[in-house]
Amino acid sequence: MTEGKTTAVNAAGGDPPPSRKLFSGPQPNVAQAAGYPDAPPRMGFFTDTSVCIGCKACEVACKEWNSVPEDGLELTGMSYDNTQGLGADTWRHVAFIEQRKPLGGQEPGVDHSGFDVFEAARNLGSSPASPGPGATAPSPESAPAGAPAGSISPVSPDGRTELRWLMSSDVCKHCTHAACLDVCPTGALFRTEFGTVVVQEDVCNGCGYCVPACPYGVIDQRKEDGRVWKCTLCYDRLGVGMEPACAKSCPTDSIQFGPLEELRERAAARVAQLHAAGVTDARLYGESPDDGVGGDGAFFLLLDEPEVYGLPPDPVVTTRDLPAMWKHAAMAAASLAALGFASFVRRPR
Amino acid sequence: MSESDVTRKGVEGARPGREALTGARAGRRRRRRGRGEQPVVPDARFSSYYGKPVLNKPTWKPLDIAGYLYLGGLAGGASLLAAGAHATGRPDLARVTKLGAAGAITVSLGALVHDLGRPARFINMLRVVKPTSPMNMGSWLLAGYAPLTMAAAAADVAGRYRLVGAGATAAAAALGPAVATYTAVLLSDTAVPSWHEGYRELPFVFAGSGASAAAGLALAFVPAAQAGPARRMAVLGAALELGAFQLMKRHIGLAAEPFEQGRPHKLLRAAEMLTAGGAALAAYAGAGAGPRAGWRGRAPAVAAGLALLTGSAALRFGVFHAGVHSAEDPKYTVVPQRERMRARAG
Repeated sequence: MTEGKTTAVNAAGGDPPPSRKLFSGPQPNVAQAAGYPDAPPRMGFFTDTSVCIGCKACEVACKEWNSVPEDGLELTGMSYDNTQGLGADTWRHVAFIEQRKPLGGQEPGVDHSGFDVFEAARNLGSSPASPGPGATAPSPESAPAGAPAGSISPVSPDGRTELRWLMSSDVCKHCTHAACLDVCPTGALFRTEFGTVVVQEDVCNGCGYCVPACPYGVIDQRKEDGRVWKCTLCYDRLGVGMEPACAKSCPTDSIQFGPLEELRERAAARVAQLHAAGVTDARLYGESPDDGVGGDGAFFLLLDEPEVYGLPPDPVVTTRDLPAMWKHAAMAAASLAALGFASFVRRPR
Repeated sequence: MSESDVTRKGVEGARPGREALTGARAGRRRRRRGRGEQPVVPDARFSSYYGKPVLNKPTWKPLDIAGYLYLGGLAGGASLLAAGAHATGRPDLARVTKLGAAGAITVSLGALVHDLGRPARFINMLRVVKPTSPMNMGSWLLAGYAPLTMAAAAADVAGRYRLVGAGATAAAAALGPAVATYTAVLLSDTAVPSWHEGYRELPFVFAGSGASAAAGLALAFVPAAQAGPARRMAVLGAALELGAFQLMKRHIGLAAEPFEQGRPHKLLRAAEMLTAGGAALAAYAGAGAGPRAGWRGRAPAVAAGLALLTGSAALRFGVFHAGVHSAEDPKYTVVPQRERMRARAG
């Protein structure tokens, strides 16, 4: 854990041949390495949580399309989140976090009582202060003065405390190095030609090994059924050129679907835009191919530390250490054999 | 869902209502488990999503999987003793350990299949050969090992096909150490902090534990005159198990904490005492000036054997439960990962 092995593996020998499957580190052609010579581009999700409104349309659409059973009707009492987390019967999960923090260029304590919304609507698009339809964020130049730091106080002049809601739709990450796939003893989990990870339900025998192997806590066992289930990135829809149900249903385009390369470019531009607009908290999660799982096929733009959303801050695919594990087990087995031999050796008299 | 309780001291655990502060209950977790026990490491401050675990905890049933780990270790060690006894002409020791290995591995295979969500599909384990899956490798290993132990035991009991029996005994002894130690890889190759971080030492712990369990079996059921190697194996196995476990707990930082708390702690303390006591008693039984006849002479050896068998089982259950606990608490996932990031940043 403290030896920093990530770099050691990555540093070994420049660009790897794309056809070989690696245990960790960047792997540019994940579908090719899995045995698809003419693979289509790798597809994935970019979930931009800065525009998520917490409507849970993605959760509903996912359940509808994939016929995912009910996952427990309970009220948690902790937030609007009664779904709680990903599991066998929850393939999309919207997290709700309430914080006493302003969001970006928010100005608390402004009196709006004299503001005529109809007048403002009539003037929509006529001045830079009132951008037209289609603009979801202020352009960098129009960011409020002093937005990045200083003049924003979490307490408004009338003493109210400020509040921001973070909402984020979580999903299977479709890792470049997927631990669930690596440890599956039956080959039920496989890599598709789109570079995604899918369970073959007619093969899975419910051993449950993938459940503790997943560093994100995504895949889980359906108790009454015995097998494990998770997001398929709508493999059936992808095959006929349709986008996954959750992305299709997202009303704010918080969930964006597309070729991973394109999504990464779009995400980088979005972070730059948010930073310029004073939302310095914005950061990408799971986007870098240099991270512990070789980059996620489904990555996120977050507005706080990953663990605040229930995501591990620095996940590592467990099979990165598997060669070392086998080595140690072999040494232990040899020690045991030697111990057995020593038990029978007669001491010289 | 209300968490408040009316007690003699008034209302406890009530929600703050109108005075609630935004986010006051979110992100931090201050729940304390256990009574009066001080944590090894001071409570680390960290953020989490309402204290919810990051990982999904293992779905394995403790009795099936911890029992499987235990019986696999017992069988592996017993196969070593069986081969040694066979080669050095100790028929009673050979009989007990051959039967023990065959019985233990049969029950453990039953436990493995019983734990599957779809037991009828257990044969899918042998659908592929996949070195990245310890469970797949283990299935192949057991598919080879289990029939060998059964052949060895059957030949010994029947007193026929001696050559086949000798071959099977030798082959089972060759695979036995792998059967006893691969289960450590099975646990370590997960994201469960307390299992994964210990991947260097855990195979040695399991090797020692398997040896001490097998020695316990022999001590309990074999006359003292033939149990000399078992006594030695008890002492060596216990030393390896306890030494490697101490080393592991010292190396793995925060992931060692679940081993020191609650039920895992009790189980592991019991395992330590039973294993150390059993080994000491085994050494005493050996030093007792030759074999004495009757119950009185056998008592220390039987007690030592039972202590070693129980101690090894307690160790496996302790390790199992500690891992599950480390997966249930986001602290063990988040804090070490944060530390790792800080160390990398410089």
